[in-house]
Amino acid sequence: MSLVELSGLTKTYGAVVALEHVTLSIEQGQFVVLLGPSGSGKTTLLSILGGFTKPTSGRVMIAGRDVTTMLPAHRPTATVFQDYALFPHMTVRSNVAFGLATRGVARAERQQRADDMLATVGLAGLGDRRIHHLSGGQRQRVALARAMIVEPAVLLLDEPLGALDLKIRQQMQEELVELQRRVAMTFVHVTHDQEEAMNVADVIVVLNKGRIEDQGSPERVYSRPSSVFSATFMGDSNIVTGKVVVCDEGHSRVETPLGSLRVKGESTVGEQVHICLRPEHIQVGATGDSGTTCLGEAVVEDVVFQGTRRRCHVHLADVALRLLLPPHQNPAKGDTVALHVHATDLVLLHD
Amino acid sequence: MTGRIVAFILERSYLVLAMVFIYLPVVVLVLFSFQDGVLPVPPFDGPSLRWYDKLLGNERVLSALSNSVLVAVVSAFVTTVLGYLAAYGLSRSPPRFPGAARFLLIAPITVSYLIIGMGLLTTFNVLGIAKSLLAVGIGHVVINLPLAFAIIYSQMNESHRNIDAAAHDLGAGDLRTMLQISVPMMRVPLLAAFCLSATLSWDEFIIAFLLSRFDVTLPVIIFEMLRAGLTPEVNAAGTIVFAISLIVILSAAVALLARRKEPA
Repeated sequence: MSLVELSGLTKTYGAVVALEHVTLSIEQGQFVVLLGPSGSGKTTLLSILGGFTKPTSGRVMIAGRDVTTMLPAHRPTATVFQDYALFPHMTVRSNVAFGLATRGVARAERQQRADDMLATVGLAGLGDRRIHHLSGGQRQRVALARAMIVEPAVLLLDEPLGALDLKIRQQMQEELVELQRRVAMTFVHVTHDQEEAMNVADVIVVLNKGRIEDQGSPERVYSRPSSVFSATFMGDSNIVTGKVVVCDEGHSRVETPLGSLRVKGESTVGEQVHICLRPEHIQVGATGDSGTTCLGEAVVEDVVFQGTRRRCHVHLADVALRLLLPPHQNPAKGDTVALHVHATDLVLLHD
Repeated sequence: MTGRIVAFILERSYLVLAMVFIYLPVVVLVLFSFQDGVLPVPPFDGPSLRWYDKLLGNERVLSALSNSVLVAVVSAFVTTVLGYLAAYGLSRSPPRFPGAARFLLIAPITVSYLIIGMGLLTTFNVLGIAKSLLAVGIGHVVINLPLAFAIIYSQMNESHRNIDAAAHDLGAGDLRTMLQISVPMMRVPLLAAFCLSATLSWDEFIIAFLLSRFDVTLPVIIFEMLRAGLTPEVNAAGTIVFAISLIVILSAAVALLARRKEPA
C-alpha cells in the first residue's frame, strides 16, 4: 500500500470545477512535483492533502488512515507556505520550535531540537535572529525547518521557491533535493515551472484543468509525454496533426502535412492523432544520422544564438517548426535545409 | 511679483486664521484655568494654581475623576476584545455575506449618541439595569465598538490568515493560535483601538449624563459646574480632561511610530 492514496478527489466551487476525479498514489520517500499552469488545480490538490480544503467528494488516505475530514493540526502532514507564513513576532528558534511546543515537548529539549534542525537546513547560529532580519532564502529555510521538525509523514511545499531570485532558486532546488535524500521524507512540491520540476522531482504529476494529464519520472514525461498538453507544457514541442492510414504490429502510419510518418503506438485507422517532435530531435543537413527519416526541405525563417545551442524557426510545407541546433550548425535566414528525424523520437498522441 | 507676494500673504493668513479658529478655544480654556481672579475672562492675571487646588480638594470631583478612569479603561478593554473577536471571526471564517456583516458592525457609527443613549435608557429599563457606571460603561462599548472593529479589521490581511493556518498546521488549537500568534501580531492595531476607545469614553458626555445617577464621570461634573456658573475651576477641570486625552493619544502615537520602524 502506498503512503498517500488519493481516490476520486473532486472539488467544485459553485459551478467552477477545481479538481475533477483525481486519483493518485505517492510512495514513501518520493519527491513528487505537482506541475501545472495557474488554475490547473495543483494548489487545490495540495491544500486538500494538507487539510485546509475539504474535497467535495473523494478520499484521502495517508499511512493507511483515512484523513479526508481530519483537521490540519491532527494530520501527519506539514506545509511550507508560499509566503512562508513565519511568525513575525518570534525569534527564528521559537518559530522552528513552535510545532514541538504544541506537542508538549519540554522547553530545553525543543530548543535543542530547533537548533539541530536549523543546522540541518544550514542556519546554524541564527536561532536568536528576528524574522525580519533574514533574507528571502533564509526565511525559506526557516519555513522548511519549522515544518520538518514535527516529522510529518508528508511535507507539502506550496511554490516554495516562487519568491526567490533565479540564482537562489536554483541553489535552493539543489539543496531541497539533497535535504530530501538526507532526511528520507516524502515531499510533495507544487510549481508551475517545468524546469524546477525536472530539477527536483522523482515523479512529476502534470495537472491541467483539474485533471491529471500525465505522471511519471521526469525523463519519461519529457521523452514520452502522454498527452498534447503534457508535451507542450513540459518543454517545447512541435505538434503536427494527421490521420492514421495504417496500423500494424504496434506501429501507426500517419498522413501529416509533413508527409507520411511511421510512429510507435496503437491507434485505429481513420483516427485523428497528433505527433510530437521535440525541437532538439530534428536534425539539419544533406543527410541525417543513419536510421533517420527525411521530412523534406524547409526554409529558415530566423536563427537566434543561445550559447549552448541555436534556436531556429523554419517552414516546411506550410508547417512552422521550432528547432534547437548544436551551435556549430548555423544556417542563414532564407536558406533551404533538409530535416531528418529518428522515427523512435516521434511520439504518438491521442485527443 | 507683487501678485505672488499677495498670494503668499493670503495663503499664510488663511492658514493662521484656520489654526486660530481651531485652537483658540482650547488655548483660552487652558489659559484661564490659571486665572488668579474669580472670573475666567480677560484681563488675565496670574498664573495661579488656586483653582486646581480648589478642584482637587473637591471630593465629588476626585471621585468623578476615578470613575472616568475606571469607565474609560474597562470599556476600552471590553470594546477592544469584542472588536478583535468580531474582526477575527469575520476574517477567518467569513459568513455568507461578509460585506453585509461588516456594514452592520460599522454602520452604528452614524447614529447620534443621543439616539443611542435614549435607546439604551429604554433597554436598560426593560432589562432592569439601573442607571450606574456599569450602564455608562456598556453605553461606551456600544458607541466605540464600530470604530475599534474597523481599525482592527483593516489590519487583518491574507498573510495573517496564512500565518494562522501555519499555526494550526503545526498542531496549535484555536485558543493557542489566537493568544500566541494572532494577538501578539495584532498588538499595534489593538493598542490603537484601545487608546482611541479610552479617550472617546474619557470625554464622552451625553451617554454618561443619560445613564448615570449617583456615581458620575468627569464630563458630567463639569456640566453641573457650568450650570452653577462660569468659574476658572471649570476651566481647570476641562484642562485636566483635555491634558489626559492628549497624553494618552500622544503616547499611543509614539508607541505606534516606534513599532513602525521595525518592518513586519
